[in-house]
Amino acid sequence: MFENLDLTKLIFGRLTWDAIPFHDPIILATFAVVAVGGVAMLVALTRYKLWGYLWTEWFTSIDHKKIGIMYIILGLVMLLRGFADAIMMRLQQAMAFGDNMGYLPPDHYDQIFTAHGVIMIFFVAMPLVTGIMNYLIPLQIGTRDVAFPFLNNFSFWMTAGGAALMMISLFIGEFAKTGWLAYPPLSGILQSPGVGVDYYIWSLQIAGVGTLLSGINLLVTIVKMRAPGMSLMKMPVFTWTSLCTNVLIVAAFPVLTAVLGMLTLDRYLGTAFFTNDMGGNAMMYVNLIWIWGHPEVYILILPVFGIFSEIVATYSRKPLFGYTSMVYATVVITVLSYLVWLHHFFTMGSGASVNSFFGITTMIISIPTGAKIFNWLFTMFRGRIKFDVPMLWTLGFMVTFVIGGMTGVLLAVPPVDFVLHNSLFLIAHFHNVIIGGVLFGLFAGITYWFPKATGYKLDEFWGKLSFWFWLIGFYFAFMPLYVLGLMGVTRRVSHFEDQSLQIWFQIAAFGAVLIAVGIAAFLIQLIVSFRRREALADETGDPWDGRTLEWSTSSPPPPYNFAFTPRVHDLDAWWQMKQHGFKRPESGFIPIHMPKGTWAGIVLSAISVACGFALIWHMWLAAAVTFVALIGTAIYHTFNYDRDYYIPAEEVERIEAERTKVLANV
Amino acid sequence: MSEATMTADVKTQDGQLEFLVKGDHHPQNGTLLGFWLYLMSDCLIFAALFATYGVLARSYAGGPTGMEVFDLSLVAINTSFLLLSSITYGFAMLQMQANRLKGTLFWLAITGLLGAAFLGLELYEFYHLIHIGATPQTSGFLTAFFALVGTHGLHVLFGIVWLVTLLFQLKKHGLIPANKRRVFCLSMFWHFLDVVWVGVFTYVYLMGVLP
Amino acid sequence: MSEHTHDHDHHEAEGPHVSLKEYVIGFVLAVILTVIPFWLVMGNVFESSTTTALLILSFMVVQIVVHMVFFLHMNFHSEGGWNMLALIFTLVLVFITLAGSLWVMISLNNNMMPGMMG
Repeated sequence: MFENLDLTKLIFGRLTWDAIPFHDPIILATFAVVAVGGVAMLVALTRYKLWGYLWTEWFTSIDHKKIGIMYIILGLVMLLRGFADAIMMRLQQAMAFGDNMGYLPPDHYDQIFTAHGVIMIFFVAMPLVTGIMNYLIPLQIGTRDVAFPFLNNFSFWMTAGGAALMMISLFIGEFAKTGWLAYPPLSGILQSPGVGVDYYIWSLQIAGVGTLLSGINLLVTIVKMRAPGMSLMKMPVFTWTSLCTNVLIVAAFPVLTAVLGMLTLDRYLGTAFFTNDMGGNAMMYVNLIWIWGHPEVYILILPVFGIFSEIVATYSRKPLFGYTSMVYATVVITVLSYLVWLHHFFTMGSGASVNSFFGITTMIISIPTGAKIFNWLFTMFRGRIKFDVPMLWTLGFMVTFVIGGMTGVLLAVPPVDFVLHNSLFLIAHFHNVIIGGVLFGLFAGITYWFPKATGYKLDEFWGKLSFWFWLIGFYFAFMPLYVLGLMGVTRRVSHFEDQSLQIWFQIAAFGAVLIAVGIAAFLIQLIVSFRRREALADETGDPWDGRTLEWSTSSPPPPYNFAFTPRVHDLDAWWQMKQHGFKRPESGFIPIHMPKGTWAGIVLSAISVACGFALIWHMWLAAAVTFVALIGTAIYHTFNYDRDYYIPAEEVERIEAERTKVLANV
Repeated sequence: MSEATMTADVKTQDGQLEFLVKGDHHPQNGTLLGFWLYLMSDCLIFAALFATYGVLARSYAGGPTGMEVFDLSLVAINTSFLLLSSITYGFAMLQMQANRLKGTLFWLAITGLLGAAFLGLELYEFYHLIHIGATPQTSGFLTAFFALVGTHGLHVLFGIVWLVTLLFQLKKHGLIPANKRRVFCLSMFWHFLDVVWVGVFTYVYLMGVLP
Repeated sequence: MSEHTHDHDHHEAEGPHVSLKEYVIGFVLAVILTVIPFWLVMGNVFESSTTTALLILSFMVVQIVVHMVFFLHMNFHSEGGWNMLALIFTLVLVFITLAGSLWVMISLNNNMMPGMMG
């Protein structure tokens, strides 16, 4: 009898039927929808025999362009989940006053706000940013792939694996109820004995491996693989900001790995890093995680600054104003972002000198950011501005981000922060910069580079609709939170007594509905554009009269990006080529050296997810087996020395001849 | 960047700027730089662990102090293992530079053995500590100690696994450029662990026994 | 020893050129820089812990530099200076992480738990 029990425990750990949330109709309904949708997709894929195509052309591909697109798809899918969480919270807070307890029990509400934060930062913003960097950097610097193509594929699958583990928590077990940074002692084993925090830890650790490796990869790509002649100060601005972002990734994510590792030890082995007793110090967790956390926000915003810079220059039909100052501002932000972390916990009590230091550094960091805003304004000044959708997002960003920046400077004043700490004012502030900055920038970038990646432009009408609903929806959703924050309402509350506050939450909920329309418009835009792809086709490869090298090749680019490596003489290399009447060569092609696809990335990631799942549920046997399998597979993969091949010259010639034909018809 | 300045003004015969590289263009290999960047990120993992140790170093929670549990002669022997393994790795590098496969394999194996000796002694130390009741769960100080020293030890273990793998790969393919690159990378890893250990024995052990 | 075999690998010879002299010098220096701090502590050479601590910390810094130069072959040319740049940036961040955390946490203890500071 007992032997049986032990065996079950050894295999299934603490996983039992109770872990499936049958009791919660909301989750059950979600599960039903996801299951039906998932099965429908599987059937469709089998019916149209797409598995082989997906496997060879996408999943095992080491082409940076395809990996970039997969990152972006992952980010957009997770955006839907993250937004579903958001609108559930808005609905709950709009109705839960007085006797009305709303429709979400606190237990569920807490999981939702945690999941919303984690998803939006780690599995929406990060994949979208990484995806755009992945797609563009090699094209902008005139090279054929990233420095480590296999690692690139592996990184993507680790990120996707983290996201998958996070999604599993919705249906098996629970997610953390601790807020998105899982502060101990709340996230410790005593206060959070369930699997929620373990899901949090392992999905972030698995995704973190991907993020770190992709950071190293892109850094080396930018440092080593620029086209001949492209010195650092001739790099496109987006490449510059990506360089700085990847520096931040490589330098910040290890701290997250370390601090989550320590929390893991506390939870699994009963050590005393962050416990209340035994000499632990929970405040050290807060300190360490913000050493990662503050650079993280710059990791998100810097590439987006680069996107806006490219867009402003293109649509104003002028070179970017103050390129050099833009580069220096970016570098200064990179360094300073390591000196401000304490402003996230002024109230902890480190005293006046510590708080003053970090308050001042925080205010200083707004100076280079402000300089960038002026650069964009001066680029637009006397330019012939075309108000296309990417430019609309840019203008929306400039107004919104300045407001968010100013409330940020307010919060940087320690005495003010003592009043506003953890209030809805803070929530409004960081949504103001993350939506108004990062998200607007990502939409601008997706719209701007969409024709490059697919060969057709996005539909204008639905794009504009999406923009206006997002913009207006944003103001409706978050301006009330500033007001509520100033009135002293704190974050993460699922029920209120004071009826006078309700109207503000209702306005905010209305804003969230507007944003939902914006998201729907974006999805419709994708479908409409796909159906009108003939009419919207971009055959030139340069639909916006661009300035940088990615516009010099076809849309979508061939697998090798450039038949011949470009030679760079000046900033805005493609613009200069056009000015000098550059003629595309139509013969004399040579074989091109390319990396081969590999199964290893997706397999290693799948084993990692299995290992993570086993660790979460304390299935020690499965954990040991998958861990050994992971190491074994990795070692096995290193015995593969045959990693590249040549695209024969005839193939290159064929692809280029097709392009010549298309260009002749333009 | 030297390449950049060299090619900045390449022109065609009729004086136009040349915008393409007509021949086969291979960017430089980035493995060594990439691996160095990885080590730098690893360095920050250790920075976080050192910082935690620094904060918790005197949180004994009624448990033993460093002075009571650290055995400096053991640490000295361990340090000498790691230092010796550094120079034996150097010998392996010299053999590889001279294109002698056997010598490379020999010195790599010696390095691995010294690493294993280091690891064995460290495990003995941990076993001893746990045996006398100084477990990782005893106090913040011991938690941070085991985490920092243990993470270093895990790295050494990983280095040994890698080293053994590399021995097989060298045997199979010889000193081809790809393998040379791997030996270089492992050498950086190995010496990097030595650097971390210098921090560990000074900051943890030596300063830990000071009154 | 500097002749590398040039097979049809068109990449330039990678990695630093190493010499026996370098390793021996590095090793001897490392041994000296290890023995002294152990002796300082085990032999109770100084009365004051602070003096010993400062001294052994300086030996640590010197020894790290020795390892960097002689074993890791750090210089300003390899990889176009990017290795060194990355190292310096990392050291700055390590310093910020260590010094910053200690400053923050010690100030915190002083302010919030004045009784507990030994």
